[in-house]
Amino acid sequence: MESSEVNMSRDSSELDESARGSSSPDLALERVLSLLKSHRDRSSVSLVCKDWYNAERWSRTHVFIGNCYSVSPEIVARRFPKIRSVTLKGKPRFSDFNLVPQNWGADIHPWLVVFAAKYPFLEELRLKRMTISDESLEFLAVSFPNFKALSLLSCDGFSTDGLAIIATHCKNLTELDIQENGIDDKGGSWLSCFPESFTSLEALNFANLTSDINFDALERLVGRCKSMRVLKVNRSISLEQLQRLLVNALQLAELGTGSFSQELTFRQYEELESTLSSSKNIHTLSGLWEAKGLHLPALYPVCTHLTFLSLSYAPLQSGELAKLLAHCPQLRRLWVLDTVEDEGLEAVGSSCPLLEELRVFPADPFDEDIIHGVTEAGFVAVSYGCPRLHYVLYFCRQMTNAAVATIVQNCPDFTHFRLCIMDPGQPDYLTNEPMDEAFGAVVKTCTKLQRLSVSGLLTDLTFEYIGRYAKNLETLSVAFAGSSDWGMQCVLTGCPKLRKLEIRDCPFGNAALLSGLDKYESMRSLWMSACHVTMDGCRQLAREMPRLNVEVMKEDGSDDSEADKVYVYRSIAGPRRDAPPFVLTL
Amino acid sequence: MERRVNYQNDLNLKATELRLGLPGSDEPEKQSTPCIRNNKRSSSEISEESRSKSSYCVTEAGKDDHQDTAPPVKAQVVGWPPIRSYRKNCLQTKNNEVEGAGMYVKVSVDGAPYLRKIDLKVYRSYAGLLKALENMFKLTVGAYSEREGYNGSDYAPTYEDKDGDWMLVGDVPWEMFISSCKRLRIMKGSEARGLGCV
Repeated sequence: MESSEVNMSRDSSELDESARGSSSPDLALERVLSLLKSHRDRSSVSLVCKDWYNAERWSRTHVFIGNCYSVSPEIVARRFPKIRSVTLKGKPRFSDFNLVPQNWGADIHPWLVVFAAKYPFLEELRLKRMTISDESLEFLAVSFPNFKALSLLSCDGFSTDGLAIIATHCKNLTELDIQENGIDDKGGSWLSCFPESFTSLEALNFANLTSDINFDALERLVGRCKSMRVLKVNRSISLEQLQRLLVNALQLAELGTGSFSQELTFRQYEELESTLSSSKNIHTLSGLWEAKGLHLPALYPVCTHLTFLSLSYAPLQSGELAKLLAHCPQLRRLWVLDTVEDEGLEAVGSSCPLLEELRVFPADPFDEDIIHGVTEAGFVAVSYGCPRLHYVLYFCRQMTNAAVATIVQNCPDFTHFRLCIMDPGQPDYLTNEPMDEAFGAVVKTCTKLQRLSVSGLLTDLTFEYIGRYAKNLETLSVAFAGSSDWGMQCVLTGCPKLRKLEIRDCPFGNAALLSGLDKYESMRSLWMSACHVTMDGCRQLAREMPRLNVEVMKEDGSDDSEADKVYVYRSIAGPRRDAPPFVLTL
Repeated sequence: MERRVNYQNDLNLKATELRLGLPGSDEPEKQSTPCIRNNKRSSSEISEESRSKSSYCVTEAGKDDHQDTAPPVKAQVVGWPPIRSYRKNCLQTKNNEVEGAGMYVKVSVDGAPYLRKIDLKVYRSYAGLLKALENMFKLTVGAYSEREGYNGSDYAPTYEDKDGDWMLVGDVPWEMFISSCKRLRIMKGSEARGLGCV
């Protein structure tokens, strides 16, 4: 069972508080169950019997809701009376790539209203792809006196004014993590709103905000928050300022620098180097905007203990990367830009034998004149040097079936294989054949595969392979691929653990959609856009499966019968009551 | 299979940028000679200013037939490649800042199918720049002399300055060069040898 959403459709009598009882077996059981952290384990436990269901619900303090529309806040609050930490995800993942219109929904506010009434001691809120307004942030700040941790990833709807309110009112805040959001950045004064008496902050991440902040306020804040272990500043912070921050925060474990390209005097450089040498606890390093080879040696002392290095904002050349990586033998996770080219990746292979995760982002994804970046050769080189590699995200402009076969032979433990050949529908550039055999090799060899993103020219054969071999696959992303309904059918009938399926621009139609009738209730969601599905097909799905929400968004100018964007998900909350006019619930 | 495409405002015009000579072509007659240089320059300007199809540029420059069948501007597909918006914005801001100062310039080499980009700010002198170009393209440009241009090789580095004129790299002081250089072109063949003579 994936998560607690489906389990919540139980008799309401079970949720009556008086049914709890106070007999010792229940309390002992609760005590034991309180040690369970994984929400999947807890879901399994809750299915054993009524007693266990009750004990579990009373001992649960953290709830994870993978789709905010699969359940209502009232249902959650009724079942779990003692929640202190909530994780909520909202929009479909393709909203990250502008495929979901603005004002689609996933507003946190109705949840906050219920939480304020039922969980006044709420401490943590982690949101991904939700909409949260400044008013909601204010409501949050005043409603929860014990509030400790706010994490917003890929959210929208708020501005730095909302952050100012959080900083002003949340006296017990330990974590403020604002990542990659569609935030209205009105300026950096929010940071100055933390009172001088405030000392509890342990994690602060404002790396993706663009405005300048008041450095003095930040310096004082960091200086008095002695438990701070995570600090990720934005680009406005210079190298010299970084040194001043670090010298008072030698206990930091995760550091995100600001801009890494200031012209430093010799003495400033020495000071920076010395401070970094003293920062013996840093195991995660990111930021490094505009890092130039010149200043990177200052990082060498930090590199020895690094396990996670993100260079995704630093367009380094291969030589610069090679020199840096020579000092990073403990690296487990590495994110780079494709400016490092294949030579840079060879250095990864030779310097980082413990590497488990590699992400290579394109520096110029839309620039077609310039052919640089990485090719299949770089990926192959990494696979030879890093046998423990299990997570890869790789953007490239060319790939071959043979290369992928070699890669998975070297690294059979892939759990996450996300390959993006950037030109849609591009074949193996050496043989001109489809890339079917590449992904066939992946699913045949990597039995632990949980997540797969495919690309390149693909026929139904790829999906036959996936359906036949990918028995642990949970998430599949498909774009510009496949030849007929058969492809999607293979996946829907073949992958027993499939939870999330997102498809765009593929020739899959109603037959494919309807072949998943028995499957969708065991999945979190299905997304299909720019495929061959029609309104009639969607209506039929909705008719046959009343516990699914079948939502369609139409594009301007499309035919009446076409279902341009289809989003299907299971829900015990019924159809959305807050759907905007462009979302049709069938 | 339908592909939905949307033309976005920041249409990639680079595909329509005019260069004499086919990508990959190394036949001298397809390259510019000094007397056509003016035409080339103005055509380039037109192609950059107007958002027209490549056929317009073809007619103007009297170009090679193949250009007629050159693929039109490749439209950007919405949401592809799947890069998050914040990441695009981060990198773009950086590029724009620097390009505004004229420091990142494109380098083309006659006979090579694709362009490269370099950051002039990284180099302190012509020597450093030329060495980098030689390494990048695996060629030699020979020795520069004021009178004779580049001796001892088939290649001559030229650049387009702010006025749109094509100049030989090395003729003006370094500081003046980096503040006025808009793009580089490494010419090849007889034409390159001809450049040195005043």
